[in-house]
Amino acid sequence: MFISQLGFYSLIIGLIFSIIFLPVAYRDLFVNNNLISSNVFSILFFKLFFVLVSFICLIISFVNSDFSNETVYNNSHTTKPLFYKISGTWGNHEGSLLLCLLILVFFIFIFLITSRKEQKKYRIITLLFQEIIIIGFFLFLLITSNPFNHLFPSPKEGLGLNPILQDPILAIHPPILYLGYIGSSIILSSSIAAIIQNQVNNQWAKNLKIWVIISWIFLTIGIVLGSIWAYYELGWGGFWFWDPVENISLMPWLCLTALVHSVIVLEKRSLFATWTLVLSISSFTFSMCGTFLVRSGILNSVHTFANDPSRGIFILFFLFFLIFISLIVFFFFYKEKKIKQKNFLFSKETSILINNWFMMYFLSVVLIGTVYPIFLEVITNEKISVGAPFYSKLFIPFLIPFLFLMSIGPKMAWIRQNVKLFNIKIILLFLLSIFLSYLILFKTEQRTLFVSVLVIFSIYLFFTTIRDFFIKNQINFSQKISHFGFSLLILSIIMNGIFSREVITNIEVGEKHEFNNGTIYFKNINTFKKKNYTSIVGIFKIKENDNEEIYLEPELRIFNQPLIVTSEADIKTNFIADKFLVMNLVKGNDYYNIKYQTKPFMIWIWLSAILMCVGALINFFKRK
Amino acid sequence: MKNKALPISIIIFLVFCFVIFLKGLNNTNNYIPDETLGKKISSFTAINFFNEKETKSDELFAGKNFYLLNIWASWCLPCRNEHKILMKLSQNNSIKIIGLNYKDNLDNAKEFINDLGNPYFEILRDENGTISIDLGAYGVPETFVIDNNKIILKKFVGPLNNQSLEEIKKLIK
Amino acid sequence: MNLFKIIIVIIFFFFSLAINAQDSNSKLINKISKNIRCLVCQGQSIYDSQSDFAISLKLMINKKIEEGYTEKQIYDYLTNQYGEWILYDPKFNKNTFFLWLLPILVFLVGGWIIFRKTRFIKL
Repeated sequence: MFISQLGFYSLIIGLIFSIIFLPVAYRDLFVNNNLISSNVFSILFFKLFFVLVSFICLIISFVNSDFSNETVYNNSHTTKPLFYKISGTWGNHEGSLLLCLLILVFFIFIFLITSRKEQKKYRIITLLFQEIIIIGFFLFLLITSNPFNHLFPSPKEGLGLNPILQDPILAIHPPILYLGYIGSSIILSSSIAAIIQNQVNNQWAKNLKIWVIISWIFLTIGIVLGSIWAYYELGWGGFWFWDPVENISLMPWLCLTALVHSVIVLEKRSLFATWTLVLSISSFTFSMCGTFLVRSGILNSVHTFANDPSRGIFILFFLFFLIFISLIVFFFFYKEKKIKQKNFLFSKETSILINNWFMMYFLSVVLIGTVYPIFLEVITNEKISVGAPFYSKLFIPFLIPFLFLMSIGPKMAWIRQNVKLFNIKIILLFLLSIFLSYLILFKTEQRTLFVSVLVIFSIYLFFTTIRDFFIKNQINFSQKISHFGFSLLILSIIMNGIFSREVITNIEVGEKHEFNNGTIYFKNINTFKKKNYTSIVGIFKIKENDNEEIYLEPELRIFNQPLIVTSEADIKTNFIADKFLVMNLVKGNDYYNIKYQTKPFMIWIWLSAILMCVGALINFFKRK
Repeated sequence: MKNKALPISIIIFLVFCFVIFLKGLNNTNNYIPDETLGKKISSFTAINFFNEKETKSDELFAGKNFYLLNIWASWCLPCRNEHKILMKLSQNNSIKIIGLNYKDNLDNAKEFINDLGNPYFEILRDENGTISIDLGAYGVPETFVIDNNKIILKKFVGPLNNQSLEEIKKLIK
Repeated sequence: MNLFKIIIVIIFFFFSLAINAQDSNSKLINKISKNIRCLVCQGQSIYDSQSDFAISLKLMINKKIEEGYTEKQIYDYLTNQYGEWILYDPKFNKNTFFLWLLPILVFLVGGWIIFRKTRFIKL
């Protein structure tokens, strides 16, 4: 209990430091030197210290199962394994917000230390604006989401963490995602400062780019981890459901991807300054908008935390407050510089412009699909669902030209592309792609026009990006890797979508089920008692075509606190395909319902996403 | 600021979004579609709970009374809780309660009735849940209030409580 | 011997038709199930969900397929009972007009802006 109080008062002290920071930093603006005062440094340092103390206190409370703390009571249990007690700290609303706050105060400190070479006023304004965001989070925590609420009398046992959340991947997925979201807050603050200081130029772009890449990498890894977790844990064999919470992580990602490209143009050619600003402001806006949509209860999703309208109202006001301030600064202070340069149509700048155009289109599809039902319900009281079919129909037709353009765009030179891009080798590659996709699609039923053309272009892009490794052209190495990763990602997803197969049936122990390509034999069932659940493991022998027999052992877990039954799929992975088997109880019967899936190229989806990040990392270390 | 149209239209748009979101927050999140309100209850045929005979729903709802169609199951905990409300209501002469036993084991269901009492004028069985789907229900417990013309007056999703009891009493006056 | 072979082929033909029909029945029910929201779950389709509601609904859909309902008729039946909310694929009607139109509009506006900015650029 003392720990909870320590945690709570540390937060209060942190808030006080934040508030003191404002006048201190503001006064330092007018001190005519190029060094930020040591007071500023100290305040930021101590603020970081106290928030860290607070966070550690919460972890300790969880580890000690201190149920006098309401958050611990709601989200933990004495029988939880230690690792999940710790990760349970941020697996709930209050704890995750405290983690976000910690990352915020950490990043502002990092910004202070790493921006020494930049102009003082620019740095201070960035810090000031960032501090406003931090104060907003402090207030949100302390007013609506206090992680240190006291329960009296203190309960003897907690309400338990959802067993679905007891997973190693899920333990690290939120922190990494938050690193991505919060990173984009620095981008926003930095943009505001640059506008006020009239420094929206290539030098600023060079510094901003580092933060953009960092945020982008974390966000990408965070999203991929979430998909991996969904695939392995949720038992449905899918990895993306167009669930609102997935969509709200995709929106800042699309924004940041567009920003990565436009900030390069600003850095190298001093163009697209205004547009880069718009993207910079939008990235964090989308992150905050996402926080609002998910934590206020306004949307219905697998991921929603507990609904609480008062939290929603606070975030809503905070979000629009940030937007309005950004807009006011933008419209009152920003002077667009007219740069006298020669611009040519066939150039890398134009390619990036087109890339951004498509990114914004995809972003609008996700945004509209996610928030439209809210608007419709408020205005007309009608409720509709927007699911996967909507997104597929609007994405796929536009993905085709996008893939094609991506095979020529990155190759273009800055300023002006003189050399002919089309030669006999390219045409041969293209013909090869058509031939290959014909071979691939020949035996499948999915030979619709869209799918065929999509496959052609994704194979062509794939070949193009591989070929880029062997020829000297305008693309640097990190770019080659990232783009290759992207083309592999698209190709894997498409192939996976076309060639996935599944068999669903009810089956009893000892029974054999025959399907198109083989048999499933339900050999046996074993029951084990584990620490906080009972485990029922089914042993299945599967023989497909001429392949070797494989054994798959899906599991049912019956938890006691809370009373939940979860289904753990057994997955055998190799580089060609995943074999996926999941088993479910059919209530009141002795047979089980099983779903056996063959999912080709799954591992390439994960590897290619990681490859994209590797490319970005290479770029990041290059400038160090 | 040379061109004022753009900032002004952006601000108007944002205010619009803000208002919509604010209103959206106040809407309940648990959507209970009332597509079936005011419509006639679908006809269905089901097996009688006690005598195993096939019974047509139209015959059951034929009289001059108000009817309550209550979907329940012995494995459903909230159904236990709402059962006393049903017992109270069964003493009211202007309403007849029809039970629909949902996806249940017959022995367990009979034990449930023995333990807690039988408020039902008649009980039918919905063994695989398809009759409930035909009625536009979600699951258990769910209760329909039906008038003497087979029109659905109100639907309660979830267990009945004292408040719903008062509402039902008002409807059947 | 020839007649025997012909008869075997014909039997296999009808057999494969029957299997294909069965196969396509299960394909159809999978296709429909993926498009139906599980109303008692938090954001799952009835294809993915193992809840009572989902299982009953799948049975009901299977029954309707065997009774000869088309895909559209099944969707109509379900929206009649539960509202449009139960379908994941938003239809194109007066409610969803803007839903489908706005992204396209964004694309066109974006294209127009780019066109204007690059109009005076030399090749």
